Amino acid sequence: MRVSLMRVSPLRAGLARDVAVAVAGLALLLALPMLFPQPALRDFLIYFFAYGLLAMSLNLLVGLTGLVSFGHAAYFATGAYAFGLLMQSGLVSIPVAALAAVGGTALVALVIGAICVRLKEIYFSFITLAFQMFIHSVIVTWVSLTGGDQGLRGGIPRPPILGLDLNDARVLYGTCAVVFVLCILAMRQVAQSPFGYTLRMIRDNPARANFLGVDVTAMKLGIFVFAAAMASVGGLILALFVSGAYPEFAFWTTSGEAIFMIMLGGMKVFLGPLAGTLLLQTLNHYVTIYTEHHGLVLGTVILVIVLGLRRGLADVLYDWLQARRARRAAASDPVPGSFEPAPLADGALIKGRTV
Amino acid sequence: MLRVEHLSKSFGGVRATRDVSIDFPTGSLTAIIGPNGAGKTTFFNLISGHVRPDEGRVLFDGADIVGLSSLEVVRRGMARAFQVASLFPSLTVREALTAAVVSHLRASGRVLSRFPVAAAGRRADEIMDLLGLDPKADVLSANLSHGDQKLLDIGLALAMDPKVLLLDEPTAGMGSEERWRMIGKVHRLWEVTGMTVLFIEHDMDIVFKIAQTIHVLKYGAVLAQGTPDAIRRNQDVIDAYLGTDHRLSETVGEA
Repeated sequence: MRVSLMRVSPLRAGLARDVAVAVAGLALLLALPMLFPQPALRDFLIYFFAYGLLAMSLNLLVGLTGLVSFGHAAYFATGAYAFGLLMQSGLVSIPVAALAAVGGTALVALVIGAICVRLKEIYFSFITLAFQMFIHSVIVTWVSLTGGDQGLRGGIPRPPILGLDLNDARVLYGTCAVVFVLCILAMRQVAQSPFGYTLRMIRDNPARANFLGVDVTAMKLGIFVFAAAMASVGGLILALFVSGAYPEFAFWTTSGEAIFMIMLGGMKVFLGPLAGTLLLQTLNHYVTIYTEHHGLVLGTVILVIVLGLRRGLADVLYDWLQARRARRAAASDPVPGSFEPAPLADGALIKGRTV
Repeated sequence: MLRVEHLSKSFGGVRATRDVSIDFPTGSLTAIIGPNGAGKTTFFNLISGHVRPDEGRVLFDGADIVGLSSLEVVRRGMARAFQVASLFPSLTVREALTAAVVSHLRASGRVLSRFPVAAAGRRADEIMDLLGLDPKADVLSANLSHGDQKLLDIGLALAMDPKVLLLDEPTAGMGSEERWRMIGKVHRLWEVTGMTVLFIEHDMDIVFKIAQTIHVLKYGAVLAQGTPDAIRRNQDVIDAYLGTDHRLSETVGEA
């Protein structure tokens, strides 16, 4: 085992672990509806996939790069509308429409991002919000194309792809789950790549990163476009599921919810925003059953978490685990002087751990 | 390697740099000294592309680099460390250095490989070894002691494999003993790498001990330049900066 570890490059070792986690996660997601066959669970999870991708991709900007975007839902909506319109045209298959929608959203984000990422801090937040409201206005006013405030109606056709009939709710669910897990895996790879660590430098100290030869603007634009593309996949899943697209997708409250999800879940842990998505979705789901004042209840819960914990749930768990690990390390402190180096990139020092 | 000619910069009415011309030969170790507000840090900002001079030229490797962004200047091979260590608080020492090397290798945009890239990791290890930071490799930058933060700041600059290294008060905020240890490391670094090193320093004992050449700035202009011995005897410098009661001037009298 140890010998094999030494041979595996860090790329393969890290990627192999992530792929293993992804496969396990996918297996769980696919097993859940079999164990609990109520359609409501499937529907709930598809919403979770869509908003989970929105929150996760937003956290690439907020948590990883330090760019607090208030307008991330714009790309969620762009993906949904582009996909819906392409499918309604009846000219293309689902995969082609999906790729075109994601690519188109990336192009829109490239243009908008090229302007936004030059601005700092609150100005960045405001201009992303402004562009989102612009896109929302376009959707609402261009009635002939988008159906205006009624949304994209008439349903989105789901022609079969490679023998998969997406009109079957179970197939639709499975397809969405696979796409969701693949996107999460792609985001994980980006976060753990040299690019991802460059973004951490920019988050911590952009001026210093610049003095170390990092093209800060280009890097920010890169992650802005990638995050938008990932958000558009979320929108696409939602459009496919609800068989339509609505201006609310592009409204600022959708971006706000994504920020809530990140705050509730936490941004230190990679999957933290998903915990927040689950929490917010569950709250939305149950609270609306019992009361029409669901905003009040939601607000209270968020206040309690923000004021009480001052960080997201996953962060609480992470900090607790770190503290426990530190305590254990202190308790089982080896003989002083026998300092153990952490495994190096090439794993050359791993054999030091056999002691 | 580096030559500045007639460099001037004003901020409003304040002339921070006045007609400064200095030549820094390849492989030299030069100290910039001067009282507070003499324009030392501004001088560094001007040559590193952070601030654009009003007049004058900065010749780096024979080419005028005035007007280039700080990014381009870094890429040509001039790196700097800061008076207040400028770090990445949430990264460990190893991560920060490796990420800096990745940037130097122009691999910052890579998404298909995993961090740390092996070649960058090895170079980061070399730098930690050179500076004696290896026991702190897995400590978060934010949790380092002041001295180690200053070392890491220099380490980040070293990751650029610079031809010219600018050190803005490497010993700022340190106790006497720590200062000597720090400057010892800087000196060794200079000997080992053969870089052209410029440093700003307040501690005269240190400056006179290690610098080959000293340039004294006052009110943004060069008051004097020369070897430590020459500066020690220079009456202008004694009057303006060292003060007649400075014990170095006494030793001059004895000598």
